[in-house]
Amino acid sequence: MMGNREVRLMQGNEACVEGALAAGMRFYAGYPITPSTEIAEICAQKLPLVGGKFIQMEDEIAGMAATIGGSLAGLKSMTATSGPGFSLKQENIGYAALTETPCVVVNVQRYGPSTGLPTSPAQGDIMQAKWGTHGDHPVIALSPTSVRETFDLTIKAFNLSEKYRLPVFLMLDEIVGHMREKIEIPNKEDIEIFNRLKPEKDSSEYKAYEIKENEFVPRMAAFGDGFKFHVTGLMHDESGFPTNDSQISDKLLRRIMSKVDDNVDDIVMYEEEFMDDAELVVLAYGGTYRSARSAVKEARRLGYKVGLFKPLTLWPSPDKKIKDLNEKTGKILVAELNLGQYFSEVERIVSDKSSLYKLCKVTGEAITPNEILTKIREVL
Amino acid sequence: MSSELISNNFRMDKLPHIWCPGCGHGIIMRSLAKAIDNLKLDKSKVCVVSGIGCSSRAPGYMDFNTLHTTHGRALAFATGIKLANPDLEVIVITGDGDCSAIGGNHLIHASRRNIGITTILFNNNIYGMTGGQYSPTTPNKSYGTTAPFGNIDKPFDICKLADAAGATYVARGTAYHANQLIKIIEKSIQNNGFSLVDAISVCPTYYGRKNKKGSSVDMLNEIKDMTIDIKTAEKLPLDKYKDKLLIGEFKNTEQPEYTAEYQKIINRFKKER
Repeated sequence: MMGNREVRLMQGNEACVEGALAAGMRFYAGYPITPSTEIAEICAQKLPLVGGKFIQMEDEIAGMAATIGGSLAGLKSMTATSGPGFSLKQENIGYAALTETPCVVVNVQRYGPSTGLPTSPAQGDIMQAKWGTHGDHPVIALSPTSVRETFDLTIKAFNLSEKYRLPVFLMLDEIVGHMREKIEIPNKEDIEIFNRLKPEKDSSEYKAYEIKENEFVPRMAAFGDGFKFHVTGLMHDESGFPTNDSQISDKLLRRIMSKVDDNVDDIVMYEEEFMDDAELVVLAYGGTYRSARSAVKEARRLGYKVGLFKPLTLWPSPDKKIKDLNEKTGKILVAELNLGQYFSEVERIVSDKSSLYKLCKVTGEAITPNEILTKIREVL
Repeated sequence: MSSELISNNFRMDKLPHIWCPGCGHGIIMRSLAKAIDNLKLDKSKVCVVSGIGCSSRAPGYMDFNTLHTTHGRALAFATGIKLANPDLEVIVITGDGDCSAIGGNHLIHASRRNIGITTILFNNNIYGMTGGQYSPTTPNKSYGTTAPFGNIDKPFDICKLADAAGATYVARGTAYHANQLIKIIEKSIQNNGFSLVDAISVCPTYYGRKNKKGSSVDMLNEIKDMTIDIKTAEKLPLDKYKDKLLIGEFKNTEQPEYTAEYQKIINRFKKER
């Protein structure tokens, strides 16, 4: 029933918190940094109302550590940050990846490197999300383009983190984080929630990293559930205890990578529009997508055969689809607020590199529809 | 045959431990196990968290909920665990480098919050795991592999640091005074707030060798000679003990505990609902 649904005007950052609460987040630890600060403020306000916990830690590193601690103690946990804070969190992000601790890390991207141009929008942390922490590690990163999508993808981020037991990045940018739009909050019963699988209560022989038959992630007990298990950032065997064994280490690292690599079709989300007869596809994500959509609509009105592609999952990249776009359509124009980070991923994927174009902007301002339209005209 | 204390509180299949012969850490780990045993804590509610370094390998041997985290961050992980589930008895095992260098910020803030975590600092004055570099508790003029001409840093008194930052229980014990250490750890666990126990250990392999301190027994005897209990010292004129290291209980006070204060906020809204 439409009438039951709550319609509100809210900011992307607020929608992120609403989505997190709807997904079952009950723990938040973070450190103030603009343009993500509203997420912490709203969590501080709302979590105690539902019996959840909020804590402002002494630094970004501690914010990430406490978030992992909250999850290990059994609560769905989140932290949010922006550029410099995302850099500081990286070591513990790797810890969450290796220990397979579910959590959501929001990065409301701002202009960098370093303190950069606070707090102007940018999309410069896309490659950092993939490669930021040392060592090979599985990565899922989502990128919403609107307030409603921020709500939906925050829920999705929690579901994916619980299902695959890894930290999931929600890559907002200042544009989406601070954008205010009308949002219709879905009814609770229409929201799909995934909770981590717990071990059987009576299993006396719980091995913290053992994979049960027909399952692909280890079942996860919480500290205090009655299973006295060990968690370490050292390479470990299925009992969870450290090992120096080269074969066990190899198996563990390959297994955690396969959680994402073998389930790309389940994880990847994208949308496309105006694709019939398109000779050029504009690929854009986050706040930039909004300008791209205006530009493509206007280009279509002017008679240009242009399509629009929105990867909602940046990592793993929708590589089969991007390859397909390139083979069927030909030209791809990537528009982004950095000097070609996702462009380089598209370049990696497609075979005909000469069909690729990029529109990059690092002035600290959003790419305008007109700038994209001008580029479309240049290409076609 | 191991004692019941060992078989009841340790993961027998993970022993022997990795520490060098003569290391003081085993005495401190045993003292912690003995304190937990004496207090008859529910083992499934005990959560032992550590950072990185020699001392931080202890939780792997101890049969509780155990978490071996990143360098310096044990207290930050532990803070998340304690806040998420205040029913857990959260104990942090850390070393002098882990706790007071890379993790110093977390120590002062966990102290300030008075969150119900007990920290046992295995203090051996050196970075042992990386081979003997000077730490924030290495004495001035001592040698380390990164202080080949003598340490020009001044060492921390971590008890004074935790006290000033707001910890409600602060004490120092040693690997030599093992029975006293057990009592101190018992009281630190019983404190409803943040507790810091500076447990002086010995590292004959690196600190001892670099500083010509002799054997482990020599180093433990040196601890005996260089320390004085605060209760004894209080009865003496200052010049009789001013060059000694004070041990014993320095602070045992009551202050609101962090997670209990947070629960009050939650309860306030429960009533309003």
